[in-house]
Amino acid sequence: MNVDLVVVGSVIAAMLTAATPLLFAALGEVVTERSGVLNLGVEGMMLVGAVCGFAATVGSGSVVVGVIAAAAAGAGMALLFGVLTLSLLTNQVATGLALTLFGVGLSALIGQGFVGIPLPKPPAFAIPLLSDIPVIGPGVFEHDALVYLGLLAVPALAWFLTRSRAGLVLRAVGENHAAAHALGYKVIRIRYMAVLFGGAMSGVGGGYMSLAYTPMWAEGITAGRGWIALALVVFATWRPERVLVGAWLFGGVTIAQLHVQGLGFAVPSQLLSMLPYIATIVVLVAISRDVARIRLNAPACLGKIFHPGG
Amino acid sequence: MALIRLEPRGQASQAMLYLTPVLAVVLTLAAGFLLFAALGFDPVAALYAFFIEPLTTTRGLGELAVKATPLVLCAVGLAIGFRANVWNIGAEGQFTLGAIAGGGVALAFYGEGGWWLLPLMVVAGAAGGMAWAAIPAFLRTRFNASEILTSLMLTYVALLLLSLLVNGPYRDPDGYSFPESRLFEEAAVMPILIEGTRVHLGSLFALLAVAGGWVLMARTFVGFQIKVIGLTPMAAGYAGFDQKRIIWLTLLLSGGLAGLAGLCEVAGPIGQIMPSISPGYGFTAIIVAFLGRLHPVGILLAGLLMALSFIGGEAAQIGLGLPKAITGVFQGMLLFFLLATDVLIRYRLRFGTKGPVVKGVAAKGVAA
Amino acid sequence: MTDQPHRLELRQITKSFPGCLANDRVDLVLRPGEIHALLGENGAGKSTLVKMIYGVQHPDSGTMLWEGRPVTVADPNEARRLGIGMVFQHFSLFDTLTVTENIALGLEKPGPMAALAQRIATVSERYGLALDPQRHVHSLSVGERQRVEIVRCLLQDPRLLIMDEPTSVLTPQETTKLFDTLRRLASEGCTILYISHKLEEIRALCDRATVLRGGRVVGACDPKAQTARSLAELMIGTELSTPERLPAAVSGAPRLEVRHLSTTSDNPFATSLKDVALEVRGGEILGIAGVAGNGQAELLAALSGEDKVADPDSVRIDGRPVGHLGPRERRTIGLAFVPEERLGRGAVPELSLSDNALLSGYARAPLVKGGMVQFGRAKSYAETIIRSFNVVTRGHRAEARSLSGGNLQKFIIGREILQKPDLLVVGQPTWGVDAGAAAAIHQALIDLARGGAAVLVVSQDLDELFVLSDRIAVLFHGRLSESRPTHRTTVEEIGLLMGGLFNATTEDEDEALHAV
Repeated sequence: MNVDLVVVGSVIAAMLTAATPLLFAALGEVVTERSGVLNLGVEGMMLVGAVCGFAATVGSGSVVVGVIAAAAAGAGMALLFGVLTLSLLTNQVATGLALTLFGVGLSALIGQGFVGIPLPKPPAFAIPLLSDIPVIGPGVFEHDALVYLGLLAVPALAWFLTRSRAGLVLRAVGENHAAAHALGYKVIRIRYMAVLFGGAMSGVGGGYMSLAYTPMWAEGITAGRGWIALALVVFATWRPERVLVGAWLFGGVTIAQLHVQGLGFAVPSQLLSMLPYIATIVVLVAISRDVARIRLNAPACLGKIFHPGG
Repeated sequence: MALIRLEPRGQASQAMLYLTPVLAVVLTLAAGFLLFAALGFDPVAALYAFFIEPLTTTRGLGELAVKATPLVLCAVGLAIGFRANVWNIGAEGQFTLGAIAGGGVALAFYGEGGWWLLPLMVVAGAAGGMAWAAIPAFLRTRFNASEILTSLMLTYVALLLLSLLVNGPYRDPDGYSFPESRLFEEAAVMPILIEGTRVHLGSLFALLAVAGGWVLMARTFVGFQIKVIGLTPMAAGYAGFDQKRIIWLTLLLSGGLAGLAGLCEVAGPIGQIMPSISPGYGFTAIIVAFLGRLHPVGILLAGLLMALSFIGGEAAQIGLGLPKAITGVFQGMLLFFLLATDVLIRYRLRFGTKGPVVKGVAAKGVAA
Repeated sequence: MTDQPHRLELRQITKSFPGCLANDRVDLVLRPGEIHALLGENGAGKSTLVKMIYGVQHPDSGTMLWEGRPVTVADPNEARRLGIGMVFQHFSLFDTLTVTENIALGLEKPGPMAALAQRIATVSERYGLALDPQRHVHSLSVGERQRVEIVRCLLQDPRLLIMDEPTSVLTPQETTKLFDTLRRLASEGCTILYISHKLEEIRALCDRATVLRGGRVVGACDPKAQTARSLAELMIGTELSTPERLPAAVSGAPRLEVRHLSTTSDNPFATSLKDVALEVRGGEILGIAGVAGNGQAELLAALSGEDKVADPDSVRIDGRPVGHLGPRERRTIGLAFVPEERLGRGAVPELSLSDNALLSGYARAPLVKGGMVQFGRAKSYAETIIRSFNVVTRGHRAEARSLSGGNLQKFIIGREILQKPDLLVVGQPTWGVDAGAAAAIHQALIDLARGGAAVLVVSQDLDELFVLSDRIAVLFHGRLSESRPTHRTTVEEIGLLMGGLFNATTEDEDEALHAV
């Protein structure tokens, strides 16, 4: 019995870790999309965040510096996206795709000197009392700081979006940019901030992959998690608390897949590796079919170009 | 007040429509110059090795056509979809399925091939790509699921499927368990069009796709419907154009062409099925489609340019020790510059503020 | 004149946009506590002028004096700080937010939400503007939405309130009530700048009027001392022509029959139609009145085929059930359709007029052969439309978005009429169209009906419906009233119906009575 509980504890622990990169990236994208901007470059921002975070950690020896570098790198990519879509009024879908393609190349270029370098796992912090719970305590309540930070970001962002004045303005801009402009809000400036925040969060999500999850650098290390994060935003109908559920779900699928492989079932590994991607499609279909629900929740100006003079 | 402002033009500028791709290429070269310098290479030598040297030999020119073939095939189909706001970004997956289906036919009839084998492979390749693209089409039309995400997810599934097959049923029985298929027999290989090069029948398919794509978009009523749906979906609904039909049509078409491209690769330059059959043609084709202005003839030119970036990247890798990833950086930059300069088609740049805001201003809203 | 400075004075304000001089050296004086009309046709420059006062746009040159002091209004925040409030013609509201949230967005220091909700309740009661602070805006009627805008302004104690075409979305009874509110505000010292092209309203409400034409001030007057006709001629600059109209020569069986038409929608913001019935015979024009958002868009979509209806029999054209057919099939049977939104539905902004002629023309004109577009024919069809309907444009190559509203509407109506339809369905034929084009459009619709076609016009402009229609019916909350012959009804009676006073449930009745 106890052995099973230990397994359960370690599975939950692994799920929490696997969910963290998705959580960061999807929460960032929720904020971006709530402001009315669709940034499909999450995968690219994550990759550049991952490699910059890794390089900075190797260079400085400090994970904290690494995480900050990852956030800055993600925000830098997002700035590029912002200049193109917000100032130069380019198509958001095309620009987001370009950002991902560019990020794949750029991260590989930056990272070529870092392939194969090992990093120590960042330290885990035990939550007092809770981590003393027998059997599952150490697995569930003993993680590195980013796992907790991701979990804390959920209520923080939920509060920000629904309760704070700034969140109200952000939602207003995403809902009707012309009206927000008429009321005197700086639509472009607000969107820049939302896009930069989204980029920084994606960067941290990517950084978590290379600094804590693996921890190492390899080309394309995110393996489509940026795209899964985008699907999670739709799944969550643009709400932070539901993003958490989605991220856990996908963390669970990822871990289940690894465990089944580990247990030596005679299923080809490729079939199991397909699971997260197929699960994404299934979840997306399940949510998208309810058109009325999507319409009520999706920011009405999502993906639309705003030009204050026109 | 911003120093540079955008002022809408009354009518889109035709001149800019053709000028901005050139401008984007120039800006990319300039950025490349800085990038090479920053990486510590002689920028002139590097740019020469990247963009000029491959064009100095017949073999190099042939390779250009070989690499441009899959890019153009994929991009022509994608562009037609993009015109209709159907964002198939899973061409890489459809390409892979084309190779799996068409190449599978070659392996199934191994040793029994005749004149009929290659046509059968072509049909199977296109059908494989179509089948893979039919999934996002079904999910979009029936369940309203974003084809962007589903087609992309299916790309990962397709690559894993390929890996599964070359490690299993497709593996060469005499191959010492390398994850590769047998080499295709003579009857299953694309005929070479130009002696002394690797230019194969697929290039002809690409040219036909360009011509067909042009007729479709410029002359047919279906092409008109695609344009209207992409520009103004409400107007398409008003006119009675069936959007679901166009979604199906554009996805099947782009999937079929990507599948054909995949088949042409395995039955052409590769000659067998391997775990990696594409350096990302399906993704680069997205750039090619935009760079070519979503216009088939533009795509042909853009495809050649992108092919050059692949070949140049390889050459620079070997000759100068530049990292291979630099190709992707160049491609991404080119697309950025193109998107950025596109603003000039619909807007004019104005420098400085437009006259004094109000004459005789004494105070700035202090009355309250 | 008293010693008190003017509330607002504009001197020589000029503003130009690419290709158009919107305001040319405009002078305007507003006194404390007056209701001042700004009068002019669509395109006369009224909206641009008030947007500059409110800081949404900035003048190229000229001076603005607020209570005697020169100011620049950089943005709406600054305008509000000065004491200027504005209610827009197209509301600046956020559908998915609550009334309180919407109002909070318009205030600089809204304070805690609960306290704000209390203040909203107080103000709305004081000025007779009933509002529930907790409701989501998408669930409000158009009149209620306007109240949100007004309350938002009032909470800032404005000394100048700008109202841009406020009554275009109201029933006559709601209009009367709005006027009471405005008079009360003015009596408390607030200046009201009232923008409209509805002359009777201005005569009823305003103390002074400034008339704009082509961006210039062409006159100032006391509207109460003028007739509607003299005001109109000042506004238009020429004498008015009223469309010629003979009594309807109604012929034969109904061309369009609607029975038990009910709809449901994926769109949570839509109004469902409930058991709608109507018929239109050849030779007659049926007008559908109603305040926006009462099911007009849904009715038009169900008639055009953009939304198919589950029961084929609920819509019949020339006796054939067509509920299940799409726009294309209905067009081949004989329907033509002019939608409410001309740019973005009736025409593709980025395409040429030639391509836009093909957009709906393909169904009844020989413009497509064997799947190939006959570009030559599309071009000559576009040229025929341009010629027959006096569309002012550079030619068939011009992009649709380069045309003025009136010219584009003439093009679209021409495109539909030249298909020789047996049945024409039109939404808002002259919304935002200048008087000259409106008269031409009205004449074309009357001529089409006289030629034997059935015409159905949906409009929020009662004046227009009374000019055009042989019969009028009213849409309210997705239900359609019985139609009545135009010569046997009055604006007041139709107004009551627009407020919901027909075979009403008690709830509807209450609401309507409330509005009177």
